[in-house]
Amino acid sequence: MKYIILAVLMLGIFIPVNAQIPSGDDILKRIDQNQVFDKAISTSTMIIHSRTGDRTIKSKAWSSGTEKTFVEYLAPAREKGKKMLKLGKNLWIYTPEPSDRIITISGHLLKQSVMGSDMSYEDMMESDELRSKYDAKVIGKEMYKDRECWVLDLTATIDDVAYFSRKIWVDAERWLPLKEERFAKSGMLLKRTEILDVFYQDDRWLPKRIIFKDMLSRGDGTEYIIDSIEFNVQIPEYQFTKAALRK
Amino acid sequence: MLAIKLAYRNLMGARLRTWLNVFVLSLAFVVIIWFKGVLNGWNQQARHDTISWQIGGGQYWHENYDPYDPFTVEDSHAPLTDEMTAAIKQGKMTPTLISQASIYPQGRIQSVSLRGVDPDQQILELPTEYLKSDDGEIPAIIGSRTAKNSKLNIGDYVTVRWRDVNGTFDANEVKIVHIFKTDVPTTDLGILWIPIDKHQSMVQMPNQATTLTTSHEIGYIGEFPGWVFKDHYFLLSEIREMIKAKSIGGYIYFIILMSLAMLAIFDTQVLSIFRRQKEIGTHIALGMTQKQVVALFTVEGAMHSILAAFLAMIYGIPLLALQAKVGWSMPAGTDDFGLTLSDTIYPSYSIGLVVGTTLIVLITTTIVSYLPARRISKMEPTDAIRGKIQ
Repeated sequence: MKYIILAVLMLGIFIPVNAQIPSGDDILKRIDQNQVFDKAISTSTMIIHSRTGDRTIKSKAWSSGTEKTFVEYLAPAREKGKKMLKLGKNLWIYTPEPSDRIITISGHLLKQSVMGSDMSYEDMMESDELRSKYDAKVIGKEMYKDRECWVLDLTATIDDVAYFSRKIWVDAERWLPLKEERFAKSGMLLKRTEILDVFYQDDRWLPKRIIFKDMLSRGDGTEYIIDSIEFNVQIPEYQFTKAALRK
Repeated sequence: MLAIKLAYRNLMGARLRTWLNVFVLSLAFVVIIWFKGVLNGWNQQARHDTISWQIGGGQYWHENYDPYDPFTVEDSHAPLTDEMTAAIKQGKMTPTLISQASIYPQGRIQSVSLRGVDPDQQILELPTEYLKSDDGEIPAIIGSRTAKNSKLNIGDYVTVRWRDVNGTFDANEVKIVHIFKTDVPTTDLGILWIPIDKHQSMVQMPNQATTLTTSHEIGYIGEFPGWVFKDHYFLLSEIREMIKAKSIGGYIYFIILMSLAMLAIFDTQVLSIFRRQKEIGTHIALGMTQKQVVALFTVEGAMHSILAAFLAMIYGIPLLALQAKVGWSMPAGTDDFGLTLSDTIYPSYSIGLVVGTTLIVLITTTIVSYLPARRISKMEPTDAIRGKIQ
């Protein structure tokens, strides 16, 4: 009898709590909603910390939803004038004079590092596809950097993914993925992404400073800083064409 | 015969001048034979080592495989057919599965070519017997150059990250069980050899291979759809081209050396004709035709090369024989250039090489001796006998 009472009591404790736990899919949707915007222009700084020293790359990006992005590199002098255009699953890179070439990044080239950073083009391209490729489970709630986070465990549902599983700590209030770990099939931790600073603009929380780290290498990772961002600005459609790469 | 006798007497009469010319010419002989011998020796060693370590009797490549384009590697694999499996079991060929991977020695990322090979194979000299392991670990053998570049030693564990057939990352620790020394850098530099069955399961390509190396004795076995047979002529083309390039470089030295010797001969001939006009006139007065006198002077010049050949034999044979025995040690670090080059090159001299070089020097010397001697046929015998300069 006392076990039945205990069980009923436990149910009484857990049922309301479980009812408040959103599903993994819901959390991923909330993250997406937080990141959805019509058009935006941003400037950012990428600092690549390598064994031989740091490399700082500045760029300006024009975005339209998640499908269209145009990036122009501003500094250093070696990278200045390089441009990148992403249209859906297609990616092109323009290298200015003297080569003056547009290269289509596809197939195996997507696995190459972006400007020598800890990120591959593939990493950059796949961010908006998590819900279609992974089964997300909420495994608990944890404090991370003084923020209450939902912890999500993502397991690939299809074969054609770069990372078999992921673990994401999502800010339960701001719906930002504060930390993400990407794992190999063997369970070995391969990459970690952390949002170090956030900022509030236009009724939403956004990452200010993000660090990407290849966990197998000894480097200090790649820092990505959003210097400024403007939402809902006018961007002509021409900006998202291949012709704009050579402009 | 008279011309030869006279030419010999004249040459001996010239003493030091003759012997200086002969010595320079003999140097050309010895250097040409030595250099060609070194190239021959290098060629033979490189071919032998490449066959033993890498290509056996020829290789079957998957139709998409291009070793010079790493992006083709991921699409260059196919299941082994029953005929192939039977040939492998009979020891006629051995499969290799190739994929791209990254290793992290001491936390430094390095790209490597991951190669799965049969631990029981007997076709290649690769010490694959070290890859036999039952302890669940992934054993790996690497070449000494890779070990040096990656600072890896026997017993070390290194993290390897690779992608399976679907492009999904995987990573694990690999144990270095043996470090081998080879003269063939293409089986060493940036290559991690692991058991093929482990490799196939790691990348989810069961019973698949990228290349098949046939045994030295058998070579071509037959047609396999989707696979292209590459014979020795194709697989050794790099070595052939390299030796060809080196030979061309060597010819420049030969030309300089031969030019010096030929200049001396030419000079001697011109001087002889100028100083021995009375003798030329006397020969003609005594009944020799101008052609015979031209022949006499040409034989005299050409005889330098015969004497040079004898002189070259006297000091060249022991010198070249000693070199062939002890070899020519390459400077430290030469094997890092990516050439198939052993620590010591043993020159190889063939009869053809010696006879060929002798003929080249003899013909060249004869031509160079004949050119100034042609003036004799234009001489007026009466003026010549008086020693009048013409």
